[in-house]
Amino acid sequence: MQTSDYLRFEGIGKVFPGVKALDNITFGAREGSVHGLIGENGAGKSTLLKILSGAHQPSSGTIKINGQDVKFSNASAAIAAGVAVIYQELQLVPELTVAENIFLGHLPANKCGWVDKKELIKKAMIELDRIGEKVSPNTRLSKLSIAQRQMVEIAKALSQGAKIIAFDEPTSSLSERETQQLFKIISDLKAQGKIIFYVSHRMEEIFTVCDAVTVFRDGQHVRTEYDMNNVDNDNLVKWMVGRELSDIYNYRSRPTGAELINVQNLTGPGLAEPTSFTVKRGEIVGFFGLVGAGRTELMRLIFGANKLTGGDIILNGKKYETSRPSQAIKNRIAYVPEDRKQDGVLPIATVEENINVTSRPNHSSARFWLNNKWEHKNALEQIKSLRVKTPSAKQLMKNLSGGNQQKAILGRWLSEKVDLLLFDEPTRGIDVGAKSEIYEITYKLAEEGTGIIVVSSDLPEVLGISDRIIVMREGKISGDLSREEASPQAILKLALPVED
Amino acid sequence: MSSQAEYSDSMKQHTGILGGIWEEAGMILVLVGLFTLCSIVVPNFLSFRNMDSLALAVSQTGMVACTMLFCLASGDFDMSVGSIVACSGVVCAVIMEYTGSIFLGISGGLLLGLIVGIANGVIIAILGINALITTLATMQIVRGAGYIFSNGRAVGIYFDDFFVLGNNDFIGIPIPVWICIVCFVVFGTLLAKTTFGRNTLAIGGNEEAAYLAGINVKLTKIIIFSLQGVIAGFAGIVLASRMTSGQPMTSQGFELEVISACVLGGVAMTGGVGRISFVIAGVLIMGIIQNSMNLMNVDSFYQYLARGVILLAAVIFDKIKNKNNAS
Repeated sequence: MQTSDYLRFEGIGKVFPGVKALDNITFGAREGSVHGLIGENGAGKSTLLKILSGAHQPSSGTIKINGQDVKFSNASAAIAAGVAVIYQELQLVPELTVAENIFLGHLPANKCGWVDKKELIKKAMIELDRIGEKVSPNTRLSKLSIAQRQMVEIAKALSQGAKIIAFDEPTSSLSERETQQLFKIISDLKAQGKIIFYVSHRMEEIFTVCDAVTVFRDGQHVRTEYDMNNVDNDNLVKWMVGRELSDIYNYRSRPTGAELINVQNLTGPGLAEPTSFTVKRGEIVGFFGLVGAGRTELMRLIFGANKLTGGDIILNGKKYETSRPSQAIKNRIAYVPEDRKQDGVLPIATVEENINVTSRPNHSSARFWLNNKWEHKNALEQIKSLRVKTPSAKQLMKNLSGGNQQKAILGRWLSEKVDLLLFDEPTRGIDVGAKSEIYEITYKLAEEGTGIIVVSSDLPEVLGISDRIIVMREGKISGDLSREEASPQAILKLALPVED
Repeated sequence: MSSQAEYSDSMKQHTGILGGIWEEAGMILVLVGLFTLCSIVVPNFLSFRNMDSLALAVSQTGMVACTMLFCLASGDFDMSVGSIVACSGVVCAVIMEYTGSIFLGISGGLLLGLIVGIANGVIIAILGINALITTLATMQIVRGAGYIFSNGRAVGIYFDDFFVLGNNDFIGIPIPVWICIVCFVVFGTLLAKTTFGRNTLAIGGNEEAAYLAGINVKLTKIIIFSLQGVIAGFAGIVLASRMTSGQPMTSQGFELEVISACVLGGVAMTGGVGRISFVIAGVLIMGIIQNSMNLMNVDSFYQYLARGVILLAAVIFDKIKNKNNAS
């Protein structure tokens, strides 16, 4: 069997500082087949694609093409070996024409070194014809629909002699008709003997287009099935989430109090329909969904970082106007953002500065003159109580590990009393030890009566620490489950896109 | 796990290490070294007369560098200050000519600076236009306005009381130098001891994070540019007093001189890092070099060259230092 594999991953591992993204991945893909890659967010699919495309180098293991070891030290090496990855975010230049985009990097030139326009158009026509795309090669790319741009990207890959083509969530922004068109192209490519990798969250698509499927979980290879008759929806989901929920969560229940926040028919950017939900004092509510389901956007609306277009928020029984973060903070709402580096830390400021930045005015005379005594005292208190590991409060923030940065940012919010904590991806990029410390802090806060919303794409985490789980899908709330009702299967069913 | 005592211990340790001293006072040491060297090598450098003219020469740059420090620390910069200096001098002179009132003249100059500063701030903070482009535009608009108000000529001033500002001494030190010292103290305090100063640095360090931490980013930026405008306007008034006229063509390239001085002292162009001591050191180093070259009769063409080389050397040195710190 294995001898017929045109492409093989053998023992591929990838270690990022503090995280094992891929561990000993071994499987093969055959000529003329569509090979599905599935797994939760962060399971390792994208990392594998990045290794295949030369964007990352594996920490261990080899890729074999046609029985020979290959090493891609950069993207052009992978392209030269016939590998093309078509990402969700297309790698095209909107201001150039279709033809120029197809041949970008190797435009046909005449003797003087000028671009040979005639030759370019002629060659582009041939490539477009091959995939049955009727758009004119002279059209500027920005005028095309997403589906047409994808076709241009495919034409580009083929013009470079791609033998292995990987699609990363190709249908996420396509209509039903466009999706069918894409599937037709894929089956044409298959007939030409290409190897297609197909990454998608949509189960139905996997069953429609794939001849084989490989399931990833936590950077591990769970299994590869070459006969799709052995696979159904239920066992795919089971393989995807099948791990035992380990004990790092240490969940403990607690009594909850009165209603803290009541969100009524909220509308705004990122939400597909008016959204309502409530959180009680002392309650930990998990928000699960795929990337792009609208969870972060919802948090930013509540925090006033995005402008809402309609709906009401009742906070502590009173109507709460949200227009900017400072106002949310006055109402004792705290927001720990998803992207720590981008939205959270002040990298070249000290840990002390990072902790004090928000609550400082409340302790400065006339909200203007700094109170140095308070500044030092508060920073040391937070460092101590949250166990931020830093040589001193004067250490620069950028020198701390991800987990300790996260704790320092928590310290920023816990310097004052917080009623509602919006905790977006609380443990992304954080090692296991710091994770359980952060969960512990979360429970403690809840026990003190703080309402907590945990947004997470890590299903075990959501299941592990939440009293209640709200699932979002495509900008809408698709379910609201109690801890007892919540099972991985039930949640994934609510989170994955529905075919209609 | 770790006790309170341990943390305060490590804090003491930190301030004790040599790297810390260098970080705090690196450019001040360079300044002291340079001053000593010039005292020995350059004839007449240490004379009372020369010290007086050195201080006077750096006072204008020093004043405006104080507010430029805030612009740079917040991650922006302001190219319009040279034009504001010229235009406010003209406005001041023209108003005095027509009204005969020194008070109205000075107010007019300051108001011009304030208006340009607020305009810069609003365009940059509210409309979100890049600071370089915005202030390049206002730089030309304000320069043009200066020529229009003055008909392209120097506007003479004939009020002896007004000349006090630029030409008199107080306890043996020229008034402009006193003004500059006051600016250092006021803006140094503002940066180090107030929430406004800290917010400025936070915005320069990571604007989105500062916003999400509850800082009113837009208002802070508008205040920064307004302060910059007012101080540049005031510098223009002092200059008009020294020159006894409002001159529309003066201070071309002054903005680059000010930014160079700040960067030379160690203020990061990318924002988030800055201290008043950096600015004082930068301004004095620039001033001493220029003064020494004048005393040694270095051709002015070569002076440009030397200033450029020194600025480049300083920032490259800073880059290397930061690299070593990071590893």
